[in-house]
Amino acid sequence: MRFSTLLKNPAEWMQVPGPESDIVITSRVRLARNLVGSPFPGWARKDDRVQILDQVRPVLENISEMKDSFSEEMTKLSAIEKQVLVERHLISREHAAKSSGCGTVMNRKQTISVMVNEEDHLRMQAIRPGMQLLSAYTALNDIDSNLENELPYAFDHQYGYLTACPTNLGTGMRASAMLHLPGLVLSEQINQTIQGANKIGLAVRGLYGEGTEALANLFQISNQNTLGTDEKEIIEHLNRVISQLIENEKNARMKILEESPTMMQDQIGRAYAVLKYAHIITSKEALNHLSMIRLGCDLGFVSEDEREAINVLLTEIQPAHLQISAKRKLTPEERDILRADIIRNRLNRLTPPDFSTIVNERDDDE
Amino acid sequence: MNCDVCQKEDATIFFSQVVEGKLQKVNLCKECADDKGVTDPTGFALADMLEGMGEEEVTETVIETDDLVCPSCGFSQTDFKKTGRFGCADCYHVFDEGLEGLLEAMHKHTQHVGKVPSTFPDLPESDLVPAPEEPMENSPLDKLSELKSALSKSVEDEDYEEAARLRDEISQLESQMGDS
Repeated sequence: MRFSTLLKNPAEWMQVPGPESDIVITSRVRLARNLVGSPFPGWARKDDRVQILDQVRPVLENISEMKDSFSEEMTKLSAIEKQVLVERHLISREHAAKSSGCGTVMNRKQTISVMVNEEDHLRMQAIRPGMQLLSAYTALNDIDSNLENELPYAFDHQYGYLTACPTNLGTGMRASAMLHLPGLVLSEQINQTIQGANKIGLAVRGLYGEGTEALANLFQISNQNTLGTDEKEIIEHLNRVISQLIENEKNARMKILEESPTMMQDQIGRAYAVLKYAHIITSKEALNHLSMIRLGCDLGFVSEDEREAINVLLTEIQPAHLQISAKRKLTPEERDILRADIIRNRLNRLTPPDFSTIVNERDDDE
Repeated sequence: MNCDVCQKEDATIFFSQVVEGKLQKVNLCKECADDKGVTDPTGFALADMLEGMGEEEVTETVIETDDLVCPSCGFSQTDFKKTGRFGCADCYHVFDEGLEGLLEAMHKHTQHVGKVPSTFPDLPESDLVPAPEEPMENSPLDKLSELKSALSKSVEDEDYEEAARLRDEISQLESQMGDS
């Protein structure tokens, strides 16, 4: 499959809703694997990396799940193409900076993607819409079981799967969910929530992983420990915590609606106005307003039909996606203009938020 | 091994130079090495230190300390301290010492549970079964329940090869018990 074909198909998770998808955007699971007899990518010479890529790529392409895959060496992709893959969460920012002997293989639906020679020889990921960590793991586990028959995995009975960084030893698994938590942000409970999650061995990060800002009120929650807990237990633990977070988020939204409905209307109303009428908009401003429109959908103030448009916009307005659609390099100023155009266009059917339910309740009170 | 200079302290730095095709070696303690400027390869010529060597051209300088190095990939303990990552799978055995403490701080556990590649050879028998098993000859029934719990554990651990072996042993024992 060619890069242009990949681009034309939005990822499956953006189009198909999953369980709890009002709050849980995606569930992702990744496994880290290495082969015996070759240094880890960070320490390997170029020849070693090329040899690993040549060994691994045909095996990956032959798996039935990966039929008609997009498979490329990183050196064959332009900077913007690599950035597009990062914006779609198909490769990491670190992998985008890699060159010779590093590669990427993913299926057409973009539900499975494999980075070859990122920090480990293999970093494979499954992504699902909504809260479906177990199903993501099951899909990825099948692929892993296929691969282990063909590739000599580095494994140790005490340390489990041997990884470049000891923080990934054991299962080599990182399971994470992307959560939309505007209620907890608006009610200023988010820091407390993050600290609580940290205390029970979970990490909370921004939209694009480690060290990134929490844009659009989106947070990724994932397991920290990989050694001494098996895969199912890690996922069950995360599921319990996420269910609790969903509960907390819903309560926070209800509380805001009860205690400060005007603030809520103002946030959603402003978001509508800006997105509908702005002609210059930064990515940060756009993402944060899109988050409010999404919240409006969840609360029934905005038509449910806009949900998919918002999901698609979340990636479509990112810098590399804009430049691909413009077919040229854009300055930041040019990007802000094109971004506003695309948003107005996508949301042209969006009608003003309808707050009658809130207003009625207020009238009743008086 | 004592330091070649002070003859008192333990030598911890082993210095080699190739001078006109001949290998020269000096073993030094930390203090003498610092004193002689050995740790700075540009500012030091072994020849200057060894009397009577004159000013021959130095062609190659190798500094070895007692830093542990992985024989498979050449990664050193110092590299690990710098990067927090290992060089290859074998490094885990080379740098085994002190790793447990690190892993305990990181993961709270040091023993893997969870998936094991199906292609991976089983642990040697002695590691799987706790040692004091032989002395007391258990009744076949005790043995059976022991095998059954081992079976459910291996299924839980997804160690299916071991599970298959245990299943066979159980059915053999059961048929023996049925016979007697």
